[in-house]
Amino acid sequence: MENEFICIVCPKGCRIKVDNEGNISGYTCLRGLNYVQEELTCPKRMLTSTVKVSNRKDTYVSVKTSSSIPKDLLLKVMEELKKASVEAPVKMHQVLLKNIFDTNVDIIATKEIK
Amino acid sequence: MNRAVDLVIIGGGSAGLSAAKSAYENGLKDILIIERSSELGGILNQCIHNGFGLHKFKEELTGPEYAYKYISFIKENNIPYLLDTLVYSISPKNKEITYSNSEEGYTTLKYKALIFAAGCNERTQGQIMTPGERPNGVFTAGLAQRYLNIDGYLVGKNVYILGSGDIGLIMARRMKLEGANVIGVSEIMPYSNGLNRNIVQCLNDFNIPLRLHNTVTKIHGKNQLEGITISDVDDDLNPIKGSEEFIKCDTLLLSIGLYPFNAMLKNSGAKVNLETKGAYVDQNLETSLDSIFSCGNVLHVHDLVDYVSLESEIAGKNAAKLVLEGRKIYDKVILTSHNENMSYLLPNEIKVYDSVENILFSFRVKKPISKAEILFKDENGNIIEKFNKVDLLPSEMVQLNVSDLPLNDINSLKVEVRAL
Repeated sequence: MENEFICIVCPKGCRIKVDNEGNISGYTCLRGLNYVQEELTCPKRMLTSTVKVSNRKDTYVSVKTSSSIPKDLLLKVMEELKKASVEAPVKMHQVLLKNIFDTNVDIIATKEIK
Repeated sequence: MNRAVDLVIIGGGSAGLSAAKSAYENGLKDILIIERSSELGGILNQCIHNGFGLHKFKEELTGPEYAYKYISFIKENNIPYLLDTLVYSISPKNKEITYSNSEEGYTTLKYKALIFAAGCNERTQGQIMTPGERPNGVFTAGLAQRYLNIDGYLVGKNVYILGSGDIGLIMARRMKLEGANVIGVSEIMPYSNGLNRNIVQCLNDFNIPLRLHNTVTKIHGKNQLEGITISDVDDDLNPIKGSEEFIKCDTLLLSIGLYPFNAMLKNSGAKVNLETKGAYVDQNLETSLDSIFSCGNVLHVHDLVDYVSLESEIAGKNAAKLVLEGRKIYDKVILTSHNENMSYLLPNEIKVYDSVENILFSFRVKKPISKAEILFKDENGNIIEKFNKVDLLPSEMVQLNVSDLPLNDINSLKVEVRAL
């Protein structure tokens, strides 16, 4: 059975095909090839969300995973982010949670809070 | 109070910031950015998801990170900006604007050039006239995004989404991750209006169904939304009797399109492009009003912020040139037009100087075309330039940077997209 993937690496959305023998075609950059190889073995996603800033009224800081994490961890990490809080000032790319679920991936701020 | 600057930029979002950076880099230093809200960055601040910047910076950024790159530049170079400041009027004749804020009060500001970068608005319930009641619980997707990502407030628990625009898809995933039950998405057209990658990572990843050729035909609930009726539609987009389905939900998000927030420029007398609802512009992005430029989503709605930046750099550069070098005399004006497969084309006209640089053409197709040729024709129908493109979609604007068009030899320019 031939499988078609829509690449999510960039907004171009290339259609990448995988045939019965596992040959991959249709990608227009190496990142697309890597995406499909990963999608076939261990699908990963970036996670973005917000974390409460405890010492500022009604303030949240936007955060992201420092690199993509296994798809089945997304909701578990969300639970941790809901419990977490940080004190301002927050620097751009400051690490808020280290090595989350032993993935070697950190949760980092994507915004400055003065 | 009275002030004067060389260049005033109305709007401190992605378009205004990119235009400011470009004007500054092209030698213009006396700039003032005016922003209505309490921080620079505009709508990027609430777009906390990633996927921005791949074209412009060759890296994948979140909205706030993308904005940060520009905000840092503005701050490092001490380019002045006003926050919490509202512009009331533009007077092209006197080359002045009026604005107010709590520090300066009501102020008149004289400019040599103005860049209008006020962004766009979301289409609302009133614009599609959904039948039924008008209860609480119906939000535009961008408003719900703001409440959640800036204010930390989840607007509902059982959510349905009308329209498959990117903001709706992004919000489907975001609310799902925050613990809401996202029931599904209806799109009246037979194809999605969002980027393919967002269908995959926002809907498919979370098993959220997308119903094509389907729409909301009734809203139920006196005070609070209790549910909606959805129906399939036929090829003329009319609801099909018997296909109705009731869906219990407390929240309906509308992701049904954006339109340029161009009212102030229009009211100042600027010629409007009826197809984009933004301003009528030449290749330098100057409007029909002397020394007033327009760029970004207030000119025409973009899908990617990278393209907003690239376009706004053109406005910034040309505004700087106009102030620093004065107005150049042009030989003639070439009007542009497009064929029936396209919903609009920018620029609307090309002013021919002795040296014409690259021209950035932007357009959208009306329906998906898998293999297309793009033809540039003169007034006699002769082809003067040709491009081939694949997978053109209405949801993805096409931008072509074209150089070496024989502008001296032609009197009008028609761009045609044809399916191969």
